[in-house]
Amino acid sequence: MTTQTVLNSKVPEGAIADKWDNHKFDIKLVNPANKRKFKVLVVGSGLAGASAAATLGELGYNVEVFTFHDTPRRAHSIAAQGGINAAKNYRNDGDSIYRLFYDTVKGGDYRSREANVYRLAQVSVDIIDQMAAQGVPFAREYGGLLDNRSFGGAQVSRTFYARGQTGQQLLLGAYQQMMRQVHLGKVKIHTRSEMLDLVVKDGRAVGIVCRNLVTGDISSHSGHAVVLATGGYGNVFYLSTNAMASNVTAAWRAHRKGAFFANPCYTQIHPTCIPASDEFQSKLTLMSESLRNDGRIWVPRGHDDARGAADIPEGERYYYLEEKYPSFGNLVPRDVASRNAKTVVDQGLGVGPLKNGVFLDFSDAVARDGKDKIEERYGNLFQMYERITGEDPYSVPMRIYPATHYTMGGVWVDYNLMTTIPGCFATGEANFSDHGANRLGASALMQGLADGYFVLPYTIGDYLAPMLGEDPVSVDDPAFIQTEADAQGQIQRFLSTGGTRSPEHFHRELGKLVWDYIGMEREKNGLEKAISEISALREEFWADVRVLGNNESLNSSLEKAGRVADFFELGELMARDALDREESCGGHFRAEHQTPEGEAKRDDENFSHVSAWEWKGQDSPQVKNVEELTFEEVQLTQRSYK
Amino acid sequence: MSRRLNLTLKVWRQEGPAANGHFEVYKANEIPDDASFLEMLDIVNEGLIAEGHTPIEFPHDCREGICGTCGVMINGRAHGQEKGTATCQLHMRKFNDGDTIVIEPWRAAAFPIVRDLVVDRSPLDKIVEAGGYISAPTGTAPDANEIPIPKEVADSAMDAAACIGCAACVAACPNSAAQLFTSAKIWHLNSLPQGQAERYRRTEAMVETMEEFFGSCTNHGECSEACPKEISQDFIAYMNRDYIKSKVVNRRLAGQR
Repeated sequence: MTTQTVLNSKVPEGAIADKWDNHKFDIKLVNPANKRKFKVLVVGSGLAGASAAATLGELGYNVEVFTFHDTPRRAHSIAAQGGINAAKNYRNDGDSIYRLFYDTVKGGDYRSREANVYRLAQVSVDIIDQMAAQGVPFAREYGGLLDNRSFGGAQVSRTFYARGQTGQQLLLGAYQQMMRQVHLGKVKIHTRSEMLDLVVKDGRAVGIVCRNLVTGDISSHSGHAVVLATGGYGNVFYLSTNAMASNVTAAWRAHRKGAFFANPCYTQIHPTCIPASDEFQSKLTLMSESLRNDGRIWVPRGHDDARGAADIPEGERYYYLEEKYPSFGNLVPRDVASRNAKTVVDQGLGVGPLKNGVFLDFSDAVARDGKDKIEERYGNLFQMYERITGEDPYSVPMRIYPATHYTMGGVWVDYNLMTTIPGCFATGEANFSDHGANRLGASALMQGLADGYFVLPYTIGDYLAPMLGEDPVSVDDPAFIQTEADAQGQIQRFLSTGGTRSPEHFHRELGKLVWDYIGMEREKNGLEKAISEISALREEFWADVRVLGNNESLNSSLEKAGRVADFFELGELMARDALDREESCGGHFRAEHQTPEGEAKRDDENFSHVSAWEWKGQDSPQVKNVEELTFEEVQLTQRSYK
Repeated sequence: MSRRLNLTLKVWRQEGPAANGHFEVYKANEIPDDASFLEMLDIVNEGLIAEGHTPIEFPHDCREGICGTCGVMINGRAHGQEKGTATCQLHMRKFNDGDTIVIEPWRAAAFPIVRDLVVDRSPLDKIVEAGGYISAPTGTAPDANEIPIPKEVADSAMDAAACIGCAACVAACPNSAAQLFTSAKIWHLNSLPQGQAERYRRTEAMVETMEEFFGSCTNHGECSEACPKEISQDFIAYMNRDYIKSKVVNRRLAGQR
């Protein structure tokens, strides 16, 4: 494998606390009266997309938003439950911007870019102010001030929340701000429009090609810049906590047009999800990590213990997190909690009909605080659990098991959130920059909103300012015509393949390979196997996929086929990246690289870098480019949560 | 091993907004009772594809009861018989072996059918666009703790804000009225201190936009019954009060200009 360029992250000079302020002063501005001369295309309407669209509209830019949903407020940000971090220190418990920064870099196992993380911590405080002003009904104390809770992996209470529906409330806030701009004529929304490709001309992103999911029309849209706010790629696992339609297509097609894809092997397996119950399972449901604040995780000490949880005496219960990590206990970071659950289940100590879960027990919390208090905190989660499993978590412990939840990897961006294609930006989960190899709880909402409200609106001006007076490229340009033809060609190919197996079937098979070989624990042989098996399955997919119906009306099989095609290519790259990264860090755990205690063992000498993969055509392996990570502030240590 | 169900489905099939629709009968055999209602439809669809038939289009996405995408009439009831439950959270253990299940799209003139069980609910966005926000441009906000909000007020706002926009309220209403949706959106903002400046403008604009698309409320109460988030009809009363007041307040303000 050849390693090419060393990437320039364009991190500004100066002390870490001054970088962002200095940068805001140094970058070019677009005069308020000139902003209306620019058009920005925003793909995706979740937290990152809606907040960016609203703010860009407020600034005076002309914005067009594209979402495959029937309304922007369906985006999967809506499903985030637990909360959003901010370094407000309202609890007076020693939090600060620096501590949030430090925790995030450490939690990410020292694989994130320091300057980006610091900026994230800085703007986190503005996000809470902004969202409160918009009317987000955050939880409050009786005195009327905002309530906080502590959240997985943090030793301070810095998480703001709105019952168990924080993502929903924040998304509604951002959506409402965006709808205000629609009302004012600054933002135009295209619903049920799926981006199928990025249009690049003379090395710059000049627009996108979309398919109208209702009519099948392929259309071109031209702008001065394109923002990809299209979320993560967790559905490559088939079973994940992502929504059914979440996909990597927009980001992947940009990748194929020249945007490097960074650290695809950094995927997060969330420790508290409801275990799968059967082959028909279509998705896994997350139970907020906030439950770990009050629930105790355990399995029976004995194998094949058939007794009900209540009948197992205290001495025969194995509270494995509390025993192994006395100081953090049940609140260890997600990667640690997940791997330990896998360990006990692999040892045959799992619970439930398929022995594929561990208990999350609230009986102590109910005895301590009363059922009412627990219901107030987690009522909607308990209800959701009961709906899905038919069991009452107030009386029997929940069963949980890890599931894919978030992807730290994504499109490579510099400090300005611009990808390696000038004019193409990536925000929120779609980019890679802030969480390193593992994301802390309640930090995804923070990052999506930070990017959209407080970072991109500044940095995009630096790119646009020199383009003043240039019209967007005409959609009659050959670059658009060719891209449309390619998109059309793929659709026709799917409809005419006439195979025997549905896109759903292939997705499920792909997901099994990815979960087995590139899941919670990876090793060399498995990864090599994954590469050859995924590639073989992909060939079968192209030869044997069955897509019925037509292009000219709503056809979810057809939509799915395009998404699955991209998941195949991504899955293979994940395996290559995991194979190349001969170390363990955060969510990337290589069995060959662990400490005697079984913790992730990093190799800072050789892998303290971002791997940014470059597309070299369908038939050539991708080429790895490197961004070296330098740590000026945080001392690299072996993470320990003992 | 879970129980297996053999079911008969009567499903509304319609190729597009302009096409004529009809009921199609399908056998759904060996459905595990741990499956969700939508997973049951997945199984049926995989069977249809295997036999070369176009699968049933149905609305769904998060399958966690929060995105509001899903929603069909199940035996004539929006989201089915289980109270406070979106279609995706309804599980097959609530059905019996041998049941016949009638599945239809939301029925409302404001929601044209896109295909099969999928409808176009975009008028709801028009209502929000008319005024369902607090004008708070990025960067202008005071410290979040500067305006204390009594817990009861924040809780009440949250009760309203819990609406997922699925439109079951409209589908369940004999008049296809959207009062529950609109009032939940209005009360979320009107009840908060931050929402006061635009309170009456917002109310007037949103109610009147709603009336362009939807029927009138005659207090049947089917909306709250069908609502997967059990949003209270009280919000409709609050909305009506604010709407009447808006006619006075907004006129007086206009006269002052």
